[in-house]
Amino acid sequence: MRFITELARGRFCIPECAACRRVVWPASDICSMCLGKVSLRSGDFDGRVLECSGQGGRHFCLVEFEGAVRVMAEIPEEPKIGQAVRMRKCGVSEGVWMFYVS
Amino acid sequence: MAGRVGIAAYGMTQFTMEDQPIEALLQESAANLFVDHPGIDRNDVDAVLVSTNSNSKYLAPILAESMGIRPGPAHSVENLCNSGANSIVSGYAYVASGLADAVLVSGAERHDSPGRVLEWDSPRGEFKHPIFWGSILTRAYKRRFGASDEDLAVVPAKNHRQAGSNPNALSKRAYTVHDVESSKRLTDDLRMLDCSRPCSGGASVLLASEDAMGGMCDEPVWITGIGQKTVSAGFGGSESLDSLESARHAARHALDMAGCKIQDIDVAEVHDAFSVCEPMALESVGLAAMGEGIGMIKEAYGTGSFMFNPRGGLIGAGHPLGATGVAQAIEIAQQLQSKAGPRQVDCARTGLVHNMSAAATSSTVLVLEA
Repeated sequence: MRFITELARGRFCIPECAACRRVVWPASDICSMCLGKVSLRSGDFDGRVLECSGQGGRHFCLVEFEGAVRVMAEIPEEPKIGQAVRMRKCGVSEGVWMFYVS
Repeated sequence: MAGRVGIAAYGMTQFTMEDQPIEALLQESAANLFVDHPGIDRNDVDAVLVSTNSNSKYLAPILAESMGIRPGPAHSVENLCNSGANSIVSGYAYVASGLADAVLVSGAERHDSPGRVLEWDSPRGEFKHPIFWGSILTRAYKRRFGASDEDLAVVPAKNHRQAGSNPNALSKRAYTVHDVESSKRLTDDLRMLDCSRPCSGGASVLLASEDAMGGMCDEPVWITGIGQKTVSAGFGGSESLDSLESARHAARHALDMAGCKIQDIDVAEVHDAFSVCEPMALESVGLAAMGEGIGMIKEAYGTGSFMFNPRGGLIGAGHPLGATGVAQAIEIAQQLQSKAGPRQVDCARTGLVHNMSAAATSSTVLVLEA
């Protein structure tokens, strides 16, 4: 099961090495530390906002999950740094990954 | 292992928004190099390297053939915006290893380069255009050091003004701080004039060994320090959002190799992709203390000093991705040869080039000495 396959189904998973249990990011089939095989962990993960900006009334932010998974996501309100967020919606549109947190 | 490696000659094109074939840009800068240095025998060129993000194929052999050169190695080097300095490092390695005595390094890019959008970095989601990482770094820098938009607007005001002394620069007019702050808003943290512009242009240098240099050049500029650091490919891989981790490592390695202290640097070209990148680069390479880069830039702007980005940086000169690092090295070479005309920094003996890619996920730093 690949990260992008699940993402395209609207499911945000954490890629994790089946051997050493480290979170592997960017998502890959192979662990960048031990080169073991990567599996996906499902769940409703807590993230935190590292930084943010905006454009034309939209807000976007860099969010970190599980201490390693960092994505750029849209967020409805301007967040505070360190604010806890969850993935509300995600997907793949014409090859582009999409993330929405709140 | 050969002795020193230096820049024997250089040639440039104007940086423009013109729609020229990539091959023509490469050929024009290389031809200018050889025309301006008629004493160089093209039969002495052992290798040809091309720096570009263009998807065109086999460009180094095409360039070599069009210049009447039949080199040994001839290939492209691509590393996004950092391609130019990377190609100089590759050329240096050919010479230092003894595989070549003279290497032509030509960088070129078209205004519509495919390197402008960070397609591979999927975790950036729909925010793949460089203005989004530029906005995040700008906000982080302002938050950490209390810098204002007005503070950062000094960078483009200075660099466009300095570009006025660079006949090859894209920018043909000066802007005030107020002009910068009044320019079109692109994001909450960036305005149009905060951004360097992709453009068309070419830049070439001829690198030579110490033995070969004697017959080519009376005023060689030696590459005495090289540092490179790749932190990650993706934006999320950097530890810091308010400093340039890769530049810090690369500068330390380059200065160590050169046996220099940062205080020895008389003139520097740093990678001002966006306004905030200039103070961040000055701080990360050690030319300014953390948070004090803006103060140094304001002082330079106020006194008319050309010490930082004398040719106008990327913001003033334009940013033809594959040519940028080569053009930065040419500027420092001209400064060290006292050939920079109205933008000459007095008594420049040692210079620094900082060229980076994609939110400083990688950086190259060169130390050059007369």
